[in-house]
Amino acid sequence: MSDVPLSIELRRVCKRFADSYAVENLDLQIRKGEFFSFLGPSGCGKTTTLRMIGGFEQPSSGQILLDGRPIEGTPAYQRNVNTVFQSYALFPHMSIFNNVAFGMKMKGVASSEIRERAMHALETVKLKGFETRMPGELSGGQRQRVALARAIVNRPSVLLLDEPLGALDLKLRRAMQIELKELQHRLGITFVFVTHDQEEALTISDRIAVMSQGRIEQIGSPEEIYEAPRSRFVADFIGTTNFLQGAVVGSSATRLEVQTEWGAVLKVAPHPDLKPGVQVTVSVRPEKITLVPTAPGPGENGMEGTLHEVIYLGTATHYIVQLPQGPRITVFAQNGVAPQTAPGSRGTVYVAFQPEHCRALER
Amino acid sequence: MRDSRALQAYGLLSPSMFWLGMFFLGPLCIVFVYSFCLKGLYGGVDWREIGPDGTVSYLFTLENYARAFDSLYLKIVLRSFRIAASTTLMCLVLGFPIAYYIATRAQKMKGILLMLVIIPFWTNFLIRTYAWITILRSEGLINNMLRGMGFLGPTDSLPLLYNDFAVHLGMFYGYLPYMILPLYSSIEKMDFRLLEAASDLGANQVQAFLRVTLPLTMPGIVAGSILVFVPALGDFITPGLLGGAKSMMIGNLVEDQFLTSRDWPFGSALSFILMAVVLASLMFYLRVSGTDASRAQK
Repeated sequence: MSDVPLSIELRRVCKRFADSYAVENLDLQIRKGEFFSFLGPSGCGKTTTLRMIGGFEQPSSGQILLDGRPIEGTPAYQRNVNTVFQSYALFPHMSIFNNVAFGMKMKGVASSEIRERAMHALETVKLKGFETRMPGELSGGQRQRVALARAIVNRPSVLLLDEPLGALDLKLRRAMQIELKELQHRLGITFVFVTHDQEEALTISDRIAVMSQGRIEQIGSPEEIYEAPRSRFVADFIGTTNFLQGAVVGSSATRLEVQTEWGAVLKVAPHPDLKPGVQVTVSVRPEKITLVPTAPGPGENGMEGTLHEVIYLGTATHYIVQLPQGPRITVFAQNGVAPQTAPGSRGTVYVAFQPEHCRALER
Repeated sequence: MRDSRALQAYGLLSPSMFWLGMFFLGPLCIVFVYSFCLKGLYGGVDWREIGPDGTVSYLFTLENYARAFDSLYLKIVLRSFRIAASTTLMCLVLGFPIAYYIATRAQKMKGILLMLVIIPFWTNFLIRTYAWITILRSEGLINNMLRGMGFLGPTDSLPLLYNDFAVHLGMFYGYLPYMILPLYSSIEKMDFRLLEAASDLGANQVQAFLRVTLPLTMPGIVAGSILVFVPALGDFITPGLLGGAKSMMIGNLVEDQFLTSRDWPFGSALSFILMAVVLASLMFYLRVSGTDASRAQK
């Protein structure tokens, strides 16, 4: 991990607007050839961070390194970084070819090479034959591809993508996600991607930085972020989860015991920092929970409740179980080949889940 | 359905068409006919001659047009063209940064600044031009100030009035708003994120301006230039008041023919030559700048 050269490094980067922090003390390392995503709700500072890397904003303090060299003083047009803008920002008065050729013209590339590379880039994004069209004549998806071609044709060290799929409809967005990922594999360029769509981030990223209020909440692979969220915010923002409030009553190397507010004791995955007495929130993903007719064994967590709602969704069924003194628990069950064991009618059921699927998060 | 719509359109258009026909096209035709007539003894025109035997012969002559190409008048036409063109260029070069500045302010500020641009219109053009005389003349504001500060001797003065400089200044001042307003509206419409994109792709500020801002604001540049050039070419108030004997423009010449020399036919011919010059310049200008402008509007 440490022998992979770094593409981008942020050292204690801050960005203040007027009197509020847009980004606060960001420390971050992005490896070469990585597909890295900034994920967070709007206003979390992800776009500001991207714009600082691109050179459109200057950090108030801290250092940004590109390929090992500090770049704070370098203007955007001298950075070996290209951006795919959210609005695409295609030049409306230029043909598709001239849009794609723009960057190379600015760098004084010979016109024969410009032609060759531009055509190749258009081929890469499957827009061969569109050279003479104007941006106004293309659909949203096609413009998106032109924006992509216009950026990658310059062979940047890093490609920045600012919610590039936000304006596309769902189906096209899914297709483009896969294409982007393939493109990144083929080009080997570092991709830095900004999105507020957690599903999108999980689909395409090698690593994700989840941001909230100008700070990074967690950095990790999609699996780490989803399976082992380190904060309540991350657990809540990524996917759906059940939150159970309680306090730590016992801690060992292999187990954490949490007593919930309504008196049940949960066995939870170990956490070295949480000592007895600490108030915690336990997060359990709905698909990790099963509904069983009888109380599960002692190694598992089991709670009795009444079935409140059954929502049939085709590939899956969602159950909502009301605990007698506690909250409602959401359970996702995949509708596979095996018949559903859970009751279809309302009545008393047990929710069962493994300790390793329970994450205790400090409140 | 379609017919009634067309009828409605004609109905709505007819008052203005009547107006234009009656008070624009009609007089224009009269001027056109006059330009081929002879000058009357006491003003007016002679368009027919009644011989002593009562026979009527109609007079038609190209003499007025031929006379306009006399080097004396040609020089005035060329000078008018030069002054109008340099005024337009001056308005464009100095108006662009102003329009750009206004277009990039916050909404509230835009309104205030645009208001400031329009305020001069609240006063009559003639009066504003007279005001320049009090500023520029040898006993005027500037010369008095310079004398007071000791930059000029008590009997010296800078020749600021009654020359081409004063004409340029007066025209620049008078027509600048006509340049700023269309420029503003096309700059304001521009997507400034395109400049970020240009910068991202390696264009420095000059390159971004030349390749993105300039072509995208071409409609405003064309409109503003026409709005300044056309009235500047025919202006007779500014050169009449601020210009010297050597700053006479074609507008003054036309004015003279009608009011002083009583040579209506020659004045009419000059008017048509002026129109021809305007038309030819516009067509040339639109051809040069037209391709970019029409593309940018897509």
